[in-house]
Amino acid sequence: MGFFDRLFGKKASADSAKERLQLVLIHDRTDLTPAELDSLRDDLIAAISRHVEIDAKAMQIGVEHDGRSQRLVADIPLKSARRKTRRSK
Amino acid sequence: MPAKVITLTSGKGGVGKTTATANLAVALAAEKSKVVCIDGDIGLRNLDVILGLENRIVYDLVDVVEGRCRLKQAMIRDKKLPDLYLIPAAQTRDKNAISASDMMRVVKDLRSDFDFVLIDSPAGIERGFRNAIAAADRVLVVTNPEVSAVRDADRVIGILESEEKGPASLILNRLNPALVKSKDMLSPEDVLDLLAVELIGIVPEDENVVIASNRGAPVAYDAKSRAGQAFRNIAKRLKGETVPFLDLESQGSLWERIQRLAGRK
Repeated sequence: MGFFDRLFGKKASADSAKERLQLVLIHDRTDLTPAELDSLRDDLIAAISRHVEIDAKAMQIGVEHDGRSQRLVADIPLKSARRKTRRSK
Repeated sequence: MPAKVITLTSGKGGVGKTTATANLAVALAAEKSKVVCIDGDIGLRNLDVILGLENRIVYDLVDVVEGRCRLKQAMIRDKKLPDLYLIPAAQTRDKNAISASDMMRVVKDLRSDFDFVLIDSPAGIERGFRNAIAAADRVLVVTNPEVSAVRDADRVIGILESEEKGPASLILNRLNPALVKSKDMLSPEDVLDLLAVELIGIVPEDENVVIASNRGAPVAYDAKSRAGQAFRNIAKRLKGETVPFLDLESQGSLWERIQRLAGRK
């Protein structure tokens, strides 16, 4: 990596390689494509919503790894149960 | 003395499996171990030329399996090291000529006469690879610090785990310390972080490897070559010795990081 690359804030190629590999390996190891992950997300929202109200827009789902084991991590904010206010006429 | 059966594989081709197999065989045999290496790449044999034994081949692995010769007849003794033998692959057949159980039978017959049986796997994850790992007690995965080689290594490591042949050990081959330093090559730390396996050796890029293969005399014979030294160190580790990793930069920082990663601090 040359002086000017660094001067203009260009990312080191080894860092790009590592970041790209991290993403590729997650999908290779789990056999889960981004599209499948999206569809899993939609199914989860549908299933959970039958029981409790959730904030579907703020939901995060992803694959994390610890050594060679993979973990599906979902962060699902619940909507606070608003008291049903009786509307007076 | 029951032999240790070690298979070298990689997924991707051209990362240095055959070179590593030849060099570990030479380094082990030079340290008084009895070694036989088997070329598992049926149809694309190369271990014979790397070892400089191509002119001595009469029978090959497929001849043994199909009963055209006895096992001993297919074993070629090395020119320099009397305790080193090669069982070459067939060149005019393909990988379907042998099965995993054929390989296991051959290895079973070799176990009692040797300290080490080294099997050079073909590239890929198909039948030839399956045959090569079938009889292994231990598998070494060879990779280079490049995206395609690391990705394929990860795939192979995953298959080895599911086949209960793991945990694999990693040989990081053709590392260029200058490129690592300028952040234009994945470092040993990066690769180990991505693959999460045990490291058994780092082999620096070294023009002597090309010269050695031109001559058919593996670089492990070359006392001055850094790659040769790295292979000799791996051979010692295979025998259970603790050998520090090469100081690739003649400078403390990388060296210490590698030691730390290897848990040998």
